[in-house]
Amino acid sequence: MAFEALDDLYREVILDHFKNPRNHAPLSAFDVEQEGYNPLCGDQIKLQLQFENGRVVKIGFMGKGCSISQASASILTEEIQGKSISEIEEEIQFFKSMMQGEANVEDQDVGDLEALSGVRKFPVRIKCALLGWTTLEEALTFYQEKTKGA
Amino acid sequence: MDVKKIRKDFPILNQKIHGKPLVYLDSAATSQKPASVIEALSQYYESMNANIYRGIYALSEEATQAFEATRKKVAQFMGAKEERSILFTNNTTEAINLVAASWGRKNVKAGDEILLTQMEHHSNIVPWQLLAQSQGATLKYIPLTSDGQLDLSSLDSLLSDRTKILAVTHMSNVLGTINPIKELVANAHPKGILVLVDGAQAIPHFKIDVSDLDCDFYAFSAHKMLGPTGVGVLYGKPNILESMPPFLGGGEMILEVYADYATWKPLPYKFEAGTPNIGSVIAFVKAMEYLEKVGMDEIRAHEKEITRHALLALQELEGITIFGPKDVEVKGGVVSFALADIHPHDLGQLLDQEGIAIRAGHHCAQPLMRVLNVPATARASFYLYTTISEVDFLVETLKKARRYFYRGF
Repeated sequence: MAFEALDDLYREVILDHFKNPRNHAPLSAFDVEQEGYNPLCGDQIKLQLQFENGRVVKIGFMGKGCSISQASASILTEEIQGKSISEIEEEIQFFKSMMQGEANVEDQDVGDLEALSGVRKFPVRIKCALLGWTTLEEALTFYQEKTKGA
Repeated sequence: MDVKKIRKDFPILNQKIHGKPLVYLDSAATSQKPASVIEALSQYYESMNANIYRGIYALSEEATQAFEATRKKVAQFMGAKEERSILFTNNTTEAINLVAASWGRKNVKAGDEILLTQMEHHSNIVPWQLLAQSQGATLKYIPLTSDGQLDLSSLDSLLSDRTKILAVTHMSNVLGTINPIKELVANAHPKGILVLVDGAQAIPHFKIDVSDLDCDFYAFSAHKMLGPTGVGVLYGKPNILESMPPFLGGGEMILEVYADYATWKPLPYKFEAGTPNIGSVIAFVKAMEYLEKVGMDEIRAHEKEITRHALLALQELEGITIFGPKDVEVKGGVVSFALADIHPHDLGQLLDQEGIAIRAGHHCAQPLMRVLNVPATARASFYLYTTISEVDFLVETLKKARRYFYRGF
């Protein structure tokens, strides 16, 4: 069937994350909460992060939206678990450059992130894939501003 | 009505998308154009192009006459008694902004109310928000029934002694609901409340007579009714338009300009500042002629048949939710739906692969999406060139999409 042309976009890993999103529950306590919205398709993401000793110990995400936006956010929550802010910032930059076709994912062990590399061929959907990551970036900025004064 | 023959008049319907015949189910976003409109547009640029109202030469005179011929045709097409009631804008959005800015700032004061409905397009919400914010007025909304019609049970109190204007869509771009404009006008006018109708989804699909509706303003766009993009129309009752200050100032709309003031031309020119979209206005006449040749009643009957068929066929799909009325007597050729938990954007992408163009998203109606409690919907919309077999192909492809999306689960 003609849908095979979309197999690179809708990989099994992505559909799995969409149907069984990881860390898809609100946290009872968190240090920062950030919402993201993509007006084009109405994708919504809310991220909650809890830090301990400068590292993410808990992450919760809620959202409604297309498979790419929600799967990307689900993968994100697994990727950043236990990482420091600077490590997460690196991860965000890597993901952005991957979406822009600059980072070479084939040579690296990037786990489920690799499944999202197929999105690059569908320019309209790149925004969907990026939503969780730009929301995360905003959450970090907000968190750093908040803790600077403390 | 011979749909096969009609389709031959629309060159784009021969297009292939991803190697598949184009199945265009997004006419509520913009309609396709018949060859006569496309030819008129290129003919204008090839043989008639000149600015209007100013040149003392043959071309300009010809272009001016053709431009005014469209105005005359619009007036006749929509049942307006006077040509000066017909103002050309860029689109429906600008037409509504014209009323909100010009009539609104003069007549809406602090504490006044503007009544909208929960099914409005952003273009019939945001201009009123801007007005309400600048004047200190309040927006009120007519709620919806569970099947997506206006809930008029509280209309009498919503049309309060503070209400200045009711702005309502004639037909919802999401639900397809056709609203009872005459009834609304009959309730508003005795209280001195004006009625603006957003007719963008209505006038392309069924016969409109503004004199019979008795609304005060009626706004629509040419591009949704076989015409070119960049042409909107605002009908207004002449006495109301005359009482309104200009919307945009500039060339064409003035009589005399002095260093510190200017005087305006009479209607409709007072509201048409700057060089308009001359070629597209001139070509628009061919669109109305085409619609009349086919017959607006025939088009409505065809779309009823298509919509009835689509509703029945879609209802058979497992996991389908259809938004809006199911009765084609109060519904135009617009069907919004959700399929299981497949996001409309994903559905749109899958259907595109088979050559089917539908709209997926919030349809510029975010307040309505909140009422429906969905982030977005998928929407198929029909027109005179839509066939039953295209609708069947949509339903078959949705089945396939569902299987594809749930593979391995």
